[in-house]
Amino acid sequence: MKEYACNVCSYVYDPALGDPGNGIAPGTPFEDLPDDWVCPECGVGKDEFSPLED
Amino acid sequence: MIEGNALREGIHWVGYVDWSVRDFHGYHTARGSTYNAYLVRDAKTALIDTVKGPYAADLLRHVAAYVDPANIDYIVCNHAETDHAGALGEVLQACPRAEVVCNEKCRAALSLHRDTSAWRFRVVRDGETLSLGRRTLQFIDTPMVHWPESMFTYLPEEKILFSMDAFGQHYASSRRFDDEESLDVVLAEAKTYWANIVMPYGKQVAAVLEKAATLDIETIAPSHGIVWRKNLPAILAAYKDWAVCRPHAKVLIAYDTMWGSTAKMARAIEEGATKQGGAEIRVHFIRASNITVLATEILDAATVALGSPTLNRTMMPEMGGLLTYYKGLRPLGKAGFAFGSYGWAKNGPNDVDAALKDLKFERLREPLTANYVPDDSVLDACRDAGAHLARKAVEMAEAFEG
Repeated sequence: MKEYACNVCSYVYDPALGDPGNGIAPGTPFEDLPDDWVCPECGVGKDEFSPLED
Repeated sequence: MIEGNALREGIHWVGYVDWSVRDFHGYHTARGSTYNAYLVRDAKTALIDTVKGPYAADLLRHVAAYVDPANIDYIVCNHAETDHAGALGEVLQACPRAEVVCNEKCRAALSLHRDTSAWRFRVVRDGETLSLGRRTLQFIDTPMVHWPESMFTYLPEEKILFSMDAFGQHYASSRRFDDEESLDVVLAEAKTYWANIVMPYGKQVAAVLEKAATLDIETIAPSHGIVWRKNLPAILAAYKDWAVCRPHAKVLIAYDTMWGSTAKMARAIEEGATKQGGAEIRVHFIRASNITVLATEILDAATVALGSPTLNRTMMPEMGGLLTYYKGLRPLGKAGFAFGSYGWAKNGPNDVDAALKDLKFERLREPLTANYVPDDSVLDACRDAGAHLARKAVEMAEAFEG
């Protein structure tokens, strides 16, 4: 599963960790995040995220 | 306290004018700054933001001209950064019954700066209101304009938007309002502020402008500089352009040089661009200029030429600093090329070129280089490249308008 970084604040979404503070269970791939999920650090939408290079 | 500080009856500026600050975390504040705080007196008394830490006593003295600080009920914190919240701890000691009104992210950020265990927080959500009596404070989250916890406070009965750093300027003045100042100067400082503080967050600002368009606003009171009460259309139009880095028919040429070769190339590029016509040309020798000015210059330039010779095994350090600054600021949609002289390795201009690629600039040509000293053929190539920069800048500005 790929990690994604926020273009605005550089927060990294790690699918292994999920985003439990916002109801996203560990093991949730970025692609499966709900459309209204926002960056927990800075509040921008999913469209502001880019996959991290390996 | 002169009445010139009144925004409305019972609403006063109580901040601090910092005439002498010239280095604001690296931002060259050529005209100083102000840290604006506002006092709203009603059945309840609210202080909107504070000032930089060292000026807590000045703020309290300004407040005391209107009301005993001990009678302040709320201190709104729109932004946790030290230049606005640094004085908060000391101010709270003089305001024993005051609650700190802020959003959850701001509460967390304030608590990471200092021990806030004795503070009384009133955490508010986006859109929430707080009645002061006849008047109301409404809180509007503005994430990443320019920190995650950033917030506006709106006072609907008076149509005042306390916009925190948005619409601000680092500009010290004894006057408080835009109609008391030269609009050109205030707009120029607002542009410099935008370029150096807000540029990476153009999309977020665009979203905030959309949100703010639904509010009835007569006065914009930022946390730095002059309050907007006359020229709102001018600053709002400027923000719309800056949010998308709108290109003007403008060429920026910035360079560093060791023994003058790269400077000669820069002047030949300038010559070609000037002869071509149609575009404004700006030339900066980086070490005689500064990154603050160069951030402002690139904001509305359509095309750029950045030059450095090879020093040791790469570009010169001031150019490296400028490119690092640009990397963070992320100016959008620029076109241009790298240039510079070299002795035995082209690393200087090549590394500038690689940085332009990382910035996602459209590169108009391979790096333009001179071996030690530019000869006539190199200088002719520089003139041609300069003419190309000017033509391209005019095209880009027209395409944007079209």
